[in-house]
Amino acid sequence: MSQSFDAISAQLRRRHRRSSRLKWISMGALGLAGLFLVLFFADMLSKGLPAFQQAQIQVEIDYNDDAQRMGRAALDPEVSRLVSRTFERLIPVRMRDNPELLGTSETRWVLADSEVDQYLKGHRNKLSDAQQATVDTLVEQGRAALKFNTTFFTSGDSKMPEASGILSAAVGTVMTMLVTLAIAFPIGVMTAVYLEEFAPDNRLTQIIEININNLAAIPSILFGLLGLAIFINFFGVPRSSPLVGGMTLALMTLPVVIIATRTALRSVPDSIRHAAFGVGCSRWQVVRDHVLPLAMPGIMTGSIIGLAQAMGETAPLIIVGMVAFIPDATASFTQAATVLPAQIFTWAGEPEQAFVEKTAGGILVLLTILIFLNATAVILRKKFERRW
Amino acid sequence: MQTNQLLAMFSGVLLLLGLIAFFLGRAKAARVRETGASMYAQPDQYAWFAVLATAGPAITVGAVGAFLMLLLGADIPTFYLLAGSLVVAAIGLMVGMSQVKPDFHARQAIERVIRWILVTAALISIFTTFGILFSIVFEALRFFQMHSFWDFITGTVWNPGASFLAAAGRADEGGAAAQFGSVPLFAGTFMITAIAMLVAIPVGLLSAIYMAEFAPQRVRTLARPTLEVLAGVPTVVYGFFAAITVAPLIVDLAGFLGLDASFNNAVAPGVVMGIMIIPFISSLSDDVINAVPDSMRQGSLALGMTKGETIRDVVIPAALPGIISASLLAVSRALGETMIVVMAAGMRPNLTANPLEDMTTVTVRIVAALTGDLEFESAETLSAFALGLVLFAVTLSLNLVSVLMIRRFREKYRVNNL
Repeated sequence: MSQSFDAISAQLRRRHRRSSRLKWISMGALGLAGLFLVLFFADMLSKGLPAFQQAQIQVEIDYNDDAQRMGRAALDPEVSRLVSRTFERLIPVRMRDNPELLGTSETRWVLADSEVDQYLKGHRNKLSDAQQATVDTLVEQGRAALKFNTTFFTSGDSKMPEASGILSAAVGTVMTMLVTLAIAFPIGVMTAVYLEEFAPDNRLTQIIEININNLAAIPSILFGLLGLAIFINFFGVPRSSPLVGGMTLALMTLPVVIIATRTALRSVPDSIRHAAFGVGCSRWQVVRDHVLPLAMPGIMTGSIIGLAQAMGETAPLIIVGMVAFIPDATASFTQAATVLPAQIFTWAGEPEQAFVEKTAGGILVLLTILIFLNATAVILRKKFERRW
Repeated sequence: MQTNQLLAMFSGVLLLLGLIAFFLGRAKAARVRETGASMYAQPDQYAWFAVLATAGPAITVGAVGAFLMLLLGADIPTFYLLAGSLVVAAIGLMVGMSQVKPDFHARQAIERVIRWILVTAALISIFTTFGILFSIVFEALRFFQMHSFWDFITGTVWNPGASFLAAAGRADEGGAAAQFGSVPLFAGTFMITAIAMLVAIPVGLLSAIYMAEFAPQRVRTLARPTLEVLAGVPTVVYGFFAAITVAPLIVDLAGFLGLDASFNNAVAPGVVMGIMIIPFISSLSDDVINAVPDSMRQGSLALGMTKGETIRDVVIPAALPGIISASLLAVSRALGETMIVVMAAGMRPNLTANPLEDMTTVTVRIVAALTGDLEFESAETLSAFALGLVLFAVTLSLNLVSVLMIRRFREKYRVNNL
């Protein structure tokens, strides 16, 4: 049964080749995952960046008699079809508010229709050949151009792509997150403090612990069912409001805050507690004056990460009705509102080509906020983390 | 007066009483101490005890009253309820003041109250679980009163069609009876989950092996957080990505191969969901592989095994319970994932084995049933809760099995940080 050295060393070479093959394959897998990431972000950027530019047209507005009833009459018929209808609709309103405008005229840059916008960006559009020619001459004369899209940041949702923006969704997100934070942070920290510092190791404590881990793994949509059945139908919290959305998200964020706080509390060495007990502190005094301040950076990091998670969550909010059409931002906890991810979802369902761009633009804004939040969390941890 | 104004006034008066309690309590304690009597606690602690004695019972009375009104429908006018709580607060203030005496352990009393507050906070997580369970079970039971459980589990036709007419008392106008057979929904869910796992498990596991066993430290510290960015992207963004970018790509690819694919095919949401899940598997597996004791690697290498053989025959089998546990968690996440399938998968219940056709999932139907303009009492709306119940049961058991497996691994190798 003896083999020659040659055969054995050939076998050895084969085995080493196989070993290095595993290395290359696993490296390739990691590379593939990285490639997904790069492709994903490149795709989002290429689709979303044009949303920050918007076509505008310089028009002459002639405040004549007819324009008091129909805004379109104030414009040259050749360009009136190319101007956003939201602007035309406002002309009679403005004339009613400022009667002295009648008979005057002015030249100014106004929002163009979304089809003109799409044409200038080289996308698919519904403009006729004659209209395209008109736009081309306007561009040559310097009377039509792509400019920075301030509307996107200063207006709420609209049925017309060129006039729609993320302001009302952003306000809704802020209100909802305030509710979430106000509930999840104190309750989460108190739960963690109880479990780590006060609780005896008994059945109840174990049940609470298992339960928190389970809660962290329950699909988010089921929290939406809870919000609908209990908060809205049973307690009568107003549907679609930041209050009900925030409460639902708070229950989802709770496990994240609890787990992060427990880790932070556990990393505070026992010698600190012993010293505090030694000088006669009660348990609560030890926690309040010594353990919590030392654990605070970790708690903050965990809470920010939980907040970022809640901010991107959509499914439970759809169930509690936060996909409402909100043209004007209202900073109220009980009125219907929408949030950034829900706004993205609504826009993604719109048939117009121009809304695809708005959707991707909204996604870029959301991703920027989330990256900013997570970066803050990482910096906080790097800066204040103490190694004992 | 409006409820809001009443509440504001109540909070204002309560705050005022609390402030009074604090300053009176501290002043009295300081006076007692000046007489030379040795007290068990500091003046501030007596003051805080007086505040707790004032606010605690009053808030409890108010909360219990509000709860009675909601739960039992008891008709207590808000004004009397709040006025009653304020009277309780005043009594509490007097009791608190009378307790400012040298032989009273104010600090221990505060400690007890705080402990109870903390226990209450900890119980909220339990209430949440029960809240989810009860809200789903009750509505699901109402659904099963209308439609048989057996048909729901084994039926192959999901056609809620005319169920809203039945809810409106016009059942005879609806034509065909509504059918709630959930098999096509679960088939779609499992198909998309399977596709996601086909992407996520190989890529995630191999990435973990590379990060844990081959990669230099610098790559490791960079690669892991980078991969975890994938898990931090909101699912609605992935849904958009799947529907707008990946689905047309799949259709083109299928057309190139001579196949016919729907724009709502199951492959696009499946693949994108798989990408989303990669970091779950890679990070957890990375932890588990790192937790395998080095002595096992050393033993294997000492016997002349190559690095690849050591990984394949020693490290991976040792880490297997943890890897399976990570995969189960990933499956449970994929089953419950909503936004990607709502935006990229179809709406039509379709029992098929062809992933290029459009098919729908459990979560899609839940969203569809609850976002329409239907009456809450209609069978279609309630069917969402029945679907939710099954989803809850499946994900819960997957999580439990996963926890048990990781515990077995932890006990075997005595690692504490998993």
